Amino acid sequence: MRFLPYLVAAWLLLVGLYGIATSRNLVHAVTCLSVVQSSTYILLLAVGFERGGTAPIFLDVPVGTRAVDPVVAALTLVDSVVGATVTALLLALAVQIYKRTGTLDPEELRSEDG
Amino acid sequence: MTPVLRRRLFLAAAVVAGALLLWGLSGLPDYGIYRGPYGDVLNTVAVSERHATNVVAAVAFDYRAVDTLGEEFILFAAVLGVAILLRAQRDETEQPPDEDAADRRAPGTSNAVRVLGLALLGPTVLFGIYMVAHGHLSPGGGFSGGVLLATGALLVYLSGEYVTLRRVRPEVLIDVAAATGTAGFVAVGLLGLAAGAAFLQNVLPLGQPGTLPSAGTIPLINLAVAVEVAGGFVLLLSEFLEQTLVLRRPGEVT
Repeated sequence: MRFLPYLVAAWLLLVGLYGIATSRNLVHAVTCLSVVQSSTYILLLAVGFERGGTAPIFLDVPVGTRAVDPVVAALTLVDSVVGATVTALLLALAVQIYKRTGTLDPEELRSEDG
Repeated sequence: MTPVLRRRLFLAAAVVAGALLLWGLSGLPDYGIYRGPYGDVLNTVAVSERHATNVVAAVAFDYRAVDTLGEEFILFAAVLGVAILLRAQRDETEQPPDEDAADRRAPGTSNAVRVLGLALLGPTVLFGIYMVAHGHLSPGGGFSGGVLLATGALLVYLSGEYVTLRRVRPEVLIDVAAATGTAGFVAVGLLGLAAGAAFLQNVLPLGQPGTLPSAGTIPLINLAVAVEVAGGFVLLLSEFLEQTLVLRRPGEVT
């Protein structure tokens, strides 16, 4: 398939957004956000992929060997770690919301505000 | 808005967004055919310019180091946010589950988990250090190596009783590590300024490509990032464990 990875990225983005929009639990919503985030990784890596290319590491292979794009790999590498800490921050918010209100359901939280 | 209405609204919007997305994606080159010039240029020049055989590390910690510094600040801010959000509230008391009272005992650890955890601890930490030290040569680096090092702490917590271990936890050291890592990254950047070059410019001697002391500032930044990531993740881990095992709210049955 010449564009299957792009379709996977688009599918993950939409299905993650669907999860967030219909979520009845904040922990579930945070997890869905991680799914959305992973779609960007797939899109980035797919754009940088080159058929027959090796990893852009020239320790055992000479410079000039066909390799995939190192820029998107660096972006994905850094963000996968940073994204995990942001997910932790959101989960910490969920913990405090549960302590204050006794619920994680956005619908119930809405009715408590009103 | 009722859930049903919201779902319909989302689906309608998703059809439009999905169509636009597919339209945009259809303009990309076919999967497996790389058109962008940057990757090819970097793959050609990075080893001779920076003496780092891992071009991904050269991009993350040299060519795009300012961008990575920004990400590093996001990481630091997120860890700081968790530490602030999960600190003991006014009405909460620290009450580790008491070993003696049966109804308060934390779930026990099985011997299999203990043995496996302790057996994995040495190799995990060693591999983490290896990944950090060789980040500019082979796959790895400060981010993945730092996470591995933090996994070492997780294994210790898994194979022991967290409540016992928190008494000997080097809490200050973890906080200092998370801060020192970020400061170290900035300090390496200032090194460039001090040498009369640009911020984060690679001003140290580059050494022989493929050997451990090579690639100038890249190994130093790798180390700083590893210290910060490891410290940050251990901090996250212990904050969430504190919530579950130690902090008690008034009237809460443990």
